[in-house]
Amino acid sequence: MTATIFIPCDASALSLGAESVARAIAAQARARKLDVTIVRNGSRGLCWLEPMIEVATPAGRVAYGAVAPRDVPGLFDAGFQTGGAHALRLGLTEDIPYLKGQERLTFARVGVTDPASLGDYLAHGGFRGLRRALELAPAAIVKEVTDSGLRGRGGAAFPTGIKWKTVLDQDTAQKYVTCNADEGDSGTFADRMLMEGDPLLLIEGMAIAGVAVGATHGYIYLRVEYPHALRTLNEAIAAACEAHYLGRDILGSGKQFELEVRVGAGAYICGEETSMLESLEGKRGEIRVRPPLPAIKGLFGMPTIVNNVISLASVPTILERGAAFYQNYGAGRSRGTLPIQLAGNIKRGGLIEKAFGVTLREILYDYGGGSASGRPIRAVQVGGPLGAYLPESQFDTAIDYEAFSAVGAMLGHGGIVVFDDTVDMARMARYAMEFCAHESCGKCTPCRIGSVRGVEVIDRIVSGVNRDHNIELLEELCDTMLQGSLCGLGGMTPFPVQSALRFFPGDFHKAHGEEKR
Amino acid sequence: MGADPALQATIEGVLARHAGRPGPLLEVLHGVQEALGFVPKDAVPLIAQGLNLSIAEVHGVVTFYHHFHEHPRGRHVVQLCRAEACQSMQAEGLAAHAKRRLGIDFNETTSDGRFSLEPIFCFGNCACAPAAMIDGELHGRVTAERFDELIAPLEPAT
Repeated sequence: MTATIFIPCDASALSLGAESVARAIAAQARARKLDVTIVRNGSRGLCWLEPMIEVATPAGRVAYGAVAPRDVPGLFDAGFQTGGAHALRLGLTEDIPYLKGQERLTFARVGVTDPASLGDYLAHGGFRGLRRALELAPAAIVKEVTDSGLRGRGGAAFPTGIKWKTVLDQDTAQKYVTCNADEGDSGTFADRMLMEGDPLLLIEGMAIAGVAVGATHGYIYLRVEYPHALRTLNEAIAAACEAHYLGRDILGSGKQFELEVRVGAGAYICGEETSMLESLEGKRGEIRVRPPLPAIKGLFGMPTIVNNVISLASVPTILERGAAFYQNYGAGRSRGTLPIQLAGNIKRGGLIEKAFGVTLREILYDYGGGSASGRPIRAVQVGGPLGAYLPESQFDTAIDYEAFSAVGAMLGHGGIVVFDDTVDMARMARYAMEFCAHESCGKCTPCRIGSVRGVEVIDRIVSGVNRDHNIELLEELCDTMLQGSLCGLGGMTPFPVQSALRFFPGDFHKAHGEEKR
Repeated sequence: MGADPALQATIEGVLARHAGRPGPLLEVLHGVQEALGFVPKDAVPLIAQGLNLSIAEVHGVVTFYHHFHEHPRGRHVVQLCRAEACQSMQAEGLAAHAKRRLGIDFNETTSDGRFSLEPIFCFGNCACAPAAMIDGELHGRVTAERFDELIAPLEPAT
């Protein structure tokens, strides 16, 4: 009997040695003359257990992790290929509490299937959403997306259906669907995991978007830091074209949608939608002044959908199972599920897809198990480098766009970065300004100059120069950046700075300058 | 003054691959950097001419993006993530260690042309921080000891 062994090809698993483990398993199987099939799946998102390998058994898949190449002979001795007992055995994958408690809609196939296999995708319900979309009128597809309550998962949380309707309503010969895969926020990796683990889902979502608004061409703008995702996407696009899920005549419907990947070049600002469009046009990634909105005048001046990877990847489920099904998950005005990314100083970091409404505390302690260092968690930054820092007193905040706004924070793309009590928050505030200075496109003054001045003012504060006066100046500077910047980079860099000042004022006062006196 | 024929041939090859595609400049620059390791100053007028752009436009794009390099890099490129998630796991300590070990600062190349050290803002490996990429290969949970293990085979034999 052939044993089937799943070894992730996800970048995170590879970064911890998955490739050496795969080679060791293949070599041991040969040496022992055992018949094994190795499937390279995506990651289940239990990152602290990577490389986590699985074997198929009659009872379901059994997981082992974290596996190092030196563990492999012992695993074979224990008969792991049929689910044998071993110190690294984690039990049935689906029963691991971290996974069992999740509500995986968008990530349902990630880690389960071979991302390169169209057959696997179809066997797990793939392209049912696109097939249904092809039976519907464009306005009906858009209505389904609107009714689902889906909001932009890139961070802005704008209703996806309304964006699509604006593009649908434009009467032009050429329209575009663009996918923002410039996932530059620290602490976020859901886009990467999805593109590496289930790329056909994104392709299906984009094809549905194209059919819905009458766009015949799509672009995925992928950051250059994701070489694995680039390979996987290109393979998946080729497979989808060959089987006519993309191309001049999708599944004989007469509808056309062609798709290509364009690679960014290491500029954080290109995650801002108008800057991304400039970059896609081959220009400097300087932001555009809005209006006009990209939905009216976007790529090459044409009406353009700009959606994040996870927004687009949520669409096939909505089309397949209906708006009501998706809308039924969630809380308040935040409908559906969010793939939460738990990162930084955390014991059990990884991807947790949950319906909106779960609290930050549940994610940090029930899922995350507290800090990796074992020290108390002092602060978390949610929503990337432009997100606020929250102290323990705010951990009961629900994962919900409005609940986060209410405490002066933002959920963004759902990335949570955890810091233990050794963190110096004045230093993190300085870093926020430094990062803004490094990544500013230079178009507007509050961002370009304000961020540089921000670094200088914080340096004066921590070295004890005219401290009260300089704190006041920093607050004023934050206000100027917030009110006066053209886009979110300058406009939101104040969030981490202000929150650090508000929740951790002591860090600005006890700094080394003071101690020296 | 004509350009170096080898350079000219490389640029023409890259331009031909992207002929007819809309907004191709970034793709072309990626192609040139892949072929040559960097985007030489002499390549800029050739690219501009080939794409019917001004030299200023091409120069502006090359210098806007952190990924494009105007000078040759070391034979081994060591990239360390400096973003928040990695900082929470002592990325700054790792960076200090790497600078000492390689004897260079960020954005510098060793005098023997062996190593370049570059800061990166996020590889999306944030649950396995700190992250590093060495010659295109991603590594997670990189301690100072692990860094030394990864670098050792790339250093000159003594």
